[in-house]
Amino acid sequence: MALTGVLRPGHVALRVLEMGPALKHYKDVLGLIETARDDKGRVFLKAWDEHDHHSVVLREADEAGMDYMGWKVASVATLKKLATDIEQSGLCTDLGWVPAGEHPTTGERFRFTIPTGHVMELFAEKGIVGNNCGTDGENINPNPWPDGLKGISPSRFDHCLLYGDDLDGTVKLFTEVLGFGVAEQVMAGEDKSFMIGAFLTCSNKAHDVAFIRQPVKGKFHHASFELGSWEKVLHAGDVLSRNHTSIDIGPTRHGITRGETIYFFDPSGNRNEVFSGGYIYYPDRPTITWWDVELGPAIFYHDRKLNEAFLSVFT
Amino acid sequence: MHFVVTIENTGETFRCGEEDNVLQAMEQLQRRGIPVGCRNGGCGVCKVQVSEGSYTKRKMSRAVISADEEASGCVLACKIYPQSDLRVEVVGKMARAIVAKKSMSFDFGFATATAINQPDEEK
Repeated sequence: MALTGVLRPGHVALRVLEMGPALKHYKDVLGLIETARDDKGRVFLKAWDEHDHHSVVLREADEAGMDYMGWKVASVATLKKLATDIEQSGLCTDLGWVPAGEHPTTGERFRFTIPTGHVMELFAEKGIVGNNCGTDGENINPNPWPDGLKGISPSRFDHCLLYGDDLDGTVKLFTEVLGFGVAEQVMAGEDKSFMIGAFLTCSNKAHDVAFIRQPVKGKFHHASFELGSWEKVLHAGDVLSRNHTSIDIGPTRHGITRGETIYFFDPSGNRNEVFSGGYIYYPDRPTITWWDVELGPAIFYHDRKLNEAFLSVFT
Repeated sequence: MHFVVTIENTGETFRCGEEDNVLQAMEQLQRRGIPVGCRNGGCGVCKVQVSEGSYTKRKMSRAVISADEEASGCVLACKIYPQSDLRVEVVGKMARAIVAKKSMSFDFGFATATAINQPDEEK
């Protein structure tokens, strides 16, 4: 197996202003599946094709935004090694271990704050609940998708786009310590040497996380969920309009990653995306570079310009 | 019951039912003036100072409206529901865009590094 180290985004923990409307949005409109609630009032959900117990954690709070993003790593040994590597890099603050069981069915998590101010976690173990497709037992003679899906029903939590100030430090951490590749970058300045956007991958995806340089710490632009086709993105638009969900932009296409996309907001103002497409990334694929003057089509390929909300609206 | 909302920066007025939030009423009537962001109380883009009138409100993110601001009538247009005619002044970070025609350039160089989205006393 060639994919080692950090495997993929494992979970995103979001703060919501009111849990009732949030659950209606995430379960009935987006179509995630609730798998647990805990005694702190947190609700754990997953997308249909994820086997692990949860990928989205909701917590009611006085402010919207992201608490943390978690990454699944290949093994407990990898977890220990990467924790040591992160500590020795000196790039992160507030390092510590979250005990096993603090998330249901989940092993211990190594938590750290990255240079852009976002809290990240690594973990190796999470309970497997399956995707409910098997017909003769779990993962035996499966159907292509399970019955009973609701709303948009994306297959998985796919990535986050995050805003923060020390983009250089965060990119250094993800590339040099955590083994990510830079699939695409946005460069500014007279000699195009000032990075303002980085699209990072630990897998075959065009991005597993992205960062844009903004004069803030720890801000959340969106959490994205994967759909299998452009037609499903259009269908998502139908579901969102039918439910009077606040749509930001789309359906349209990103120049960066080539993804077909629609942006919308949960009832607390946290931006969600569902998308399809993109390309397969291998570590030997050349990094794509966008210049800041072409940022319009890089972000929204058809309009060829940013809407004001892209840079101004985040939680 | 409907009331009249006046945007002091531009003089724009529009009607808003007591069941509708101010931002939603403005958008439905295709009026402009208050910047539109998430529409859900999280991003702070539609921040206004209410100078006259009464309203009910729903929960707004403390990351963008402090308790003191909320108490002094500095609120999010997407989370207030009029109980009388209202006069509001747009004070969100995109406020300048409504009085001066904005350029479509975006600044990543931190020249405009005001504390985006934060409650005013933290700036």
